[in-house]
Amino acid sequence: MELLFAIIAGVLFAAGLYLMLRRSILKLVMGLVLIGHSANITIFTAGGLTRARSAIIAPDATTLPAGSADPLPQALILTAIVISFGVLAFAIVLVSRAWQEVGNDDTDQFAETDR
Amino acid sequence: MNSIILRTATRFTLPLLLLFAIVVLLQGHNKPGGGFIGGLIAAAAFSLHALAFDPAETRRVIRIDLRTLIGAGLVTALVSGFIPMVQGKTFMTGVWTKVPVAMGEPLKVGTPLLFDLGVFMVVVGITLLMVLTLLEPEEKTD
Amino acid sequence: MSLLVLLPVLIPLCVAALSMVAWRSLVLQRVLGTLGSVALLVSAVALLLHVDREGILALQMGSWPAPFGITFVADRMGAIMTVLAGATGVATFLYSPASVDERRQRLFYYPLLSVLLAGVCGAFLTGDIFNLYVWFEVLLMSSFVLLALGGERPQLEGAIKYVTLNLISSVLFLIAVGILYGAVGTLNMADLALKVAQAEDKGVITAVSVLFMAAFGIKSAAFPLFFWLPSSYHTPPFAVSAIFAGLLTKVGVYALIRVFTTIFTQDTAYTHTILLIGAGLTMVTGVLGAAAQFEFRRVLSFHIVSQIGYMIMGLALYTPLALAGAVFYIMHHIIVKANLFFIAGLAHRIRGTSSLKRAGAVSVYRVSPLTCIIFLVAAMSLAGLPPLSGFFAKLILVRAGLEAESYTIVGVAIVVGLLTLFSMTKIWAEAFWKSPGEAPGESTGGEPAGREHAERTEEPECDSALAGPPTAMMYAVCGGLAVVTVLVGVFAGPVFGLAERTAAELLNNGAYIRAVLGENP
Repeated sequence: MELLFAIIAGVLFAAGLYLMLRRSILKLVMGLVLIGHSANITIFTAGGLTRARSAIIAPDATTLPAGSADPLPQALILTAIVISFGVLAFAIVLVSRAWQEVGNDDTDQFAETDR
Repeated sequence: MNSIILRTATRFTLPLLLLFAIVVLLQGHNKPGGGFIGGLIAAAAFSLHALAFDPAETRRVIRIDLRTLIGAGLVTALVSGFIPMVQGKTFMTGVWTKVPVAMGEPLKVGTPLLFDLGVFMVVVGITLLMVLTLLEPEEKTD
Repeated sequence: MSLLVLLPVLIPLCVAALSMVAWRSLVLQRVLGTLGSVALLVSAVALLLHVDREGILALQMGSWPAPFGITFVADRMGAIMTVLAGATGVATFLYSPASVDERRQRLFYYPLLSVLLAGVCGAFLTGDIFNLYVWFEVLLMSSFVLLALGGERPQLEGAIKYVTLNLISSVLFLIAVGILYGAVGTLNMADLALKVAQAEDKGVITAVSVLFMAAFGIKSAAFPLFFWLPSSYHTPPFAVSAIFAGLLTKVGVYALIRVFTTIFTQDTAYTHTILLIGAGLTMVTGVLGAAAQFEFRRVLSFHIVSQIGYMIMGLALYTPLALAGAVFYIMHHIIVKANLFFIAGLAHRIRGTSSLKRAGAVSVYRVSPLTCIIFLVAAMSLAGLPPLSGFFAKLILVRAGLEAESYTIVGVAIVVGLLTLFSMTKIWAEAFWKSPGEAPGESTGGEPAGREHAERTEEPECDSALAGPPTAMMYAVCGGLAVVTVLVGVFAGPVFGLAERTAAELLNNGAYIRAVLGENP
């Protein structure tokens, strides 16, 4: 299972990187999304995959039952998702404004500030 | 978008979705849910409204200016952190109190709920601000 | 007392919330922001004094014990950085009304500045590596918006590069945090320091540490990951680029120092050698890039890159003296760099252009000798002329390099210092000294005024600044920071003492661990 998730993370990262290297700013944003997902899956996998035991303490207990999932990676991913949601919303607004301003989604048209 | 089906449906679903958002917000402490998710549901409901009618109409329906909503949400969330400090506890420590209700058990209310409420307002405000800005043809500068 | 740790984060957050509520009144936002940043500076100074006297201060948020809860820690390093953030914040809030037009100010400019300060201070004071990520995102989000605010074409172009590369860095950071958690099972920095030292599989840890190095390397604009900086920092209004130049890359440097002194010390021969090579290349590329530029703020942007190299050099040499040098360098650099960007705004107002090729409307030297003096103080300090702060910063680093017998890096540092002087002289000659009538490039000699260059001067300038003569407040801010630079040079002894204590504290993480986890972790 870990292997499968590791491969998925790698494929997502590669696909994201590929999209970011294209010349379209829209694909750039999509690439950012995919790379973000890849990071989340990496945390998920690195935190240890366990099945069928959710991390909820029973009403009469004080600790988690043995073998239950580690809640911390889930909390980290949740936070990361919330952040990437905000960043993505901003990136979309930015790209749409840039498209209006430049009238083109070719990244080669955005090189003026590099000179 | 000009679709009578969407408009009619939105008139009915908007209150239901908002109610659902509040349910999700309130059950958040013990079950899946909370301020962020509730806020997103509410923002989605208003986004639907903006699609069916138009963004200006949605701003009118919300009544409160979104900027005020964001500010008020931030203040609410911060206040919830300061409340425990009045009792000499650390910032953000959860403080609970029981509110007697006419029927049934007394209701447990605490600062995490207040924090969630603040998050709810901020999320609704920021999400809608972005969605409505994107939907409006010309950006409003003021 | 422990609340003192939280104040530098809480104050700007509260100010941001309040100025959000007061969005109708710009005056109110301005007053709130200025008072808030002054309060931030005061609380940060109080924090530094307390930490310097009584030792490291830790606070567990929401009363959850470490390593489970969210920890805020202030050691000398964090406290010094917070003081510098506060000082830059005050200067920016005072300078902003004169530099940012009203349309931009209405687009949440002041609340965003406060959020930026909160994010920066949060990053300096957090004791948890995932929270470091969160604070990074807080400051990045607000910096994204501040950079793009106003939506002029150069700004949007710069913002796309800035956003993309910084997001990649955040993703790398996040992946590194995930793998680190998988390897040692904790995210609290003090706990990490313990567990990493005990970890059996050093290889994984070293691999993760290199991931962290790449992530923070992008954020601090180290070679070869600096390209986002010079293509974006010259586009926003002057006040914005000043606070960016002063604080943002230094958050990256702070993170590098924190991570590679407190946590990853398991294989310094490997990691710190990479850092050392990176530092040398960063210095050289930065300074050479600056030599090729002819726009005020672009020259300065490339110099940020080369200066980052000095700070990383201090970290990479990893001796007490070298780390003290890095700390001293950061203190010197934040003040001087922010000031130079503020002065760029001042000069732009007087000359009507930021280009070093186009002749300005008037000769700054004739019109405003005061501006010239302020610039000279800042520029010579940057280049490292005695008796200004930059001289001592470089002196300590060179001395540390000689003691560590890393002669190559010392040579690079000295040559780069000379080239910095060349760049500063170029700005001085073109922007301040020259009369409007003279042809471009005459006083520096080397630049052929070919047709290609004539075309390039036609490129759209980033006119995000207001027109008209500079206000008294602009002079006051630049002058004030110049005075601070001189004072750091004059009182180099006490400042160096503080830097030395900071370095000693960084190299011995026992006190840090005890402060967070209690006496017997």
